[in-house]
Amino acid sequence: MGDLNLRELLRWSWRQLTSMRTALILLLLLALASIPGSVIPQDNIDAFKASQWREDHPDLAPIYEKLGLFSVFDSVWFAAIYLLLALSLVGCILPRTRVYWRGLRAAPPKAPRNLTRLPDSATYRTSEPVDDVLARAQVLLRKRRFRVLAAEGAVSSERGYLREAGNLLFHISVLIVLAGFGIGSLFGYQGGVIVWKDGGFSNNLTQYDDFVPGSLMQAEDMEPFSFEVTDFDVNWLMSGPRKGMAQKFVAHLDYRETPDGEEKEYDLKVNHPLSIGGTDLFLIGHGYAPSITVRDGNGDVAWSGPVIFLPEDQATFTSFGVVKAPDARPRQIGLEGLLYPTYANVDGNPVSLFGDDRNPRISMLAYVGNLGMDSGDSQSVYVLDKSRMTELKKNDGSMFRVDLFPGQTKKLPDGAGSVTFEGMRPWVRIQISKTPGKGVALGGVILALVGLLGSLFIRPRRVWVRARREDEETVVEIAALDRSGGGEVGTELAEIVASLRAGDVREEKS
Amino acid sequence: MSNTQWENLSVQALAVVAVVYFLALLAHLVEWAALRKLPTDAPLDQRTRTFGRFGFLLTVIGAAVQLVALVGRGMAADPNRVPWGNMYEFVITGTFVLVLAYLVLRGRFSLEWLAPIVVGFALTVLMVAELTLYEEVVPLTEALSSPWLVIHVVAAVIATGAFTLGGILSVLYLVKERKPDTTTGFLARVPELDALDRISYRIHAFAFPVWTFAVLIAGPIWAHYAWSRYWGWDAKEVWAFITWVVYAAYLHARATAGWKGRNAAIVALVGVGTLWFNFIGINYFFGGSSQHSYAAPSVVQEPVRSSYDLI
Repeated sequence: MGDLNLRELLRWSWRQLTSMRTALILLLLLALASIPGSVIPQDNIDAFKASQWREDHPDLAPIYEKLGLFSVFDSVWFAAIYLLLALSLVGCILPRTRVYWRGLRAAPPKAPRNLTRLPDSATYRTSEPVDDVLARAQVLLRKRRFRVLAAEGAVSSERGYLREAGNLLFHISVLIVLAGFGIGSLFGYQGGVIVWKDGGFSNNLTQYDDFVPGSLMQAEDMEPFSFEVTDFDVNWLMSGPRKGMAQKFVAHLDYRETPDGEEKEYDLKVNHPLSIGGTDLFLIGHGYAPSITVRDGNGDVAWSGPVIFLPEDQATFTSFGVVKAPDARPRQIGLEGLLYPTYANVDGNPVSLFGDDRNPRISMLAYVGNLGMDSGDSQSVYVLDKSRMTELKKNDGSMFRVDLFPGQTKKLPDGAGSVTFEGMRPWVRIQISKTPGKGVALGGVILALVGLLGSLFIRPRRVWVRARREDEETVVEIAALDRSGGGEVGTELAEIVASLRAGDVREEKS
Repeated sequence: MSNTQWENLSVQALAVVAVVYFLALLAHLVEWAALRKLPTDAPLDQRTRTFGRFGFLLTVIGAAVQLVALVGRGMAADPNRVPWGNMYEFVITGTFVLVLAYLVLRGRFSLEWLAPIVVGFALTVLMVAELTLYEEVVPLTEALSSPWLVIHVVAAVIATGAFTLGGILSVLYLVKERKPDTTTGFLARVPELDALDRISYRIHAFAFPVWTFAVLIAGPIWAHYAWSRYWGWDAKEVWAFITWVVYAAYLHARATAGWKGRNAAIVALVGVGTLWFNFIGINYFFGGSSQHSYAAPSVVQEPVRSSYDLI
């Protein structure tokens, strides 16, 4: 008894789930559920914005966190909606395929008793024998690609079977797209890395600045390529309304697909990614890395090399950066400040006029003390932890700033050391992503479109022709029926009647 | 001609377009005012017909001048390009497509009654664009310089125009439904409720596959090349998806649940609402957070996102 009840319950749930009404509600729910994803900053789209939002809304943030509102499209409830929708799709496809399969092989239905009662029908009289009319009607309808069956003094015909096939194809394709999308997010990865000119990269986890793996992605799946940025070109507009805008970014790469493969060249540009196996490399940003040397209180080099500065303003490329010299003795040294690629002093304020590095200058504050890098916690290279550092002041207590043009050196107060600005170097930000299943998803959408076109524009319809003898004459009745709900068959009926009569030899003679 | 001359030509042409559309709207309003008390089966007098023709002729002239403005806009850029680089350019192209569609389909589907609505709509939108969206001609940003710009935008503009037309018909349906028995004036000359519903369905059935192509095929392919991912739940993408889902529900409801008339018209209006919200709202309210925002370049704080956004 209990077994039966469970089965009934399951059957009832299945019927509810696969009903049209449920599918509609789920569709609208999916639209509704996407809205928070566009309103609330999302972790995996703009992590910075998301964390800023959390800081600004300390009361709401924990609740939102629980509800998964910072990653709507990975949340359980969003997945629940689309999985239910997929299930509902399957429940819709299976029975419909069965019905369609049966309908596909069935003969066109018999002519209704009274054809003239159908909304679209016509009648004419001729002297041509019944059999001749019906024979010609069959030929004519076949030529118009109807499926034809002659029975009991009438011809039945039907066409447009592919509408339902298109419909089914569309629904199946939606599942294919879901599968392709799923494969990409489970087995793929996306990462970004900043590489300066003459710097290199080889594809393993430790080399990335940020890395988002799919949940089933294996480190072995990463293709063992490597590359070096040999040069970076950019074209700065010197005139016109977008003066100062940069164009035609090109990063020149030397790359190897495998560690012992041959070295090849590629000019990486926006909109022109480099594909290595299943992995794509994209140029998505650029900036400057001034080379800076820091000497400590003992006169030893504590840090030397390019330091990545992040642009704060895409128009002038005024950039922010941090230098950390943990090897400096006796005290560690930290610098924090700005880079002006084309420095100018406007009314006493330092500004960058332009994004190109025409007159670069760094302007940084210096700190000494403990950088806090020994605790073992990872630290952002773009943030200086000043909690245990003290800012260096001039001997008279006024503000001290390291303002340098390339080639210049500045001594730090207190005998803390010195800073040298050696020169400028561009960096490029390269996005590396592997998205398996993107071909599947694309194929799925294209199939869906094909299916959609079929289901929207193929019009299934039936045409019947009946002829009978009456008063030494043949009465021909023709009727057409649209089965797509919304189509008109009047024109087609008129054409069929016209060509049926035009082929009537006797009528032409008379 | 120099770039500046082309740009001036474009600006002046659009001023002419606004005046001509305004006159066309006046002519159509005179025409329809004269028809206000006239039953549908009564013959039109000479004056009314003249104003109708005059309005039509002015609309044709306006559309031709608008084409000149568009071409001028493209020629003013260095290098020359399609005039679809920012919101202002999208709006002047979109209204042109709308007017053109109306002019082409007018004879075939007897759309005379649509004239004041289309012309009024185009005029209003153009003036708003001129006042709030105008930008100087600038070269395309790097991410926009792609053949996919043409494919993606053409499809999106066509679909948007068609959906908007479908939305207008849905509004007319709802208005006419309240007074189905009117025998005089504008509402009486709008097609029967059944016909309105059918035309509206056909327009949506045309627009939906085009929209599917624009946002689910061309868009993702381009996004893959320009931004390294084919779908990233960017605000614009989310809303394009929402629009797609709403119209899918519209077609689904018609095909299977037999929704017609009133209910279908309401769903269609929800769809058009999401469509326009996506076009306008996202750019203004979510400006910085969408890579599709046509605002100033975004400030890159952490090196997380592409700095080569669309403008």
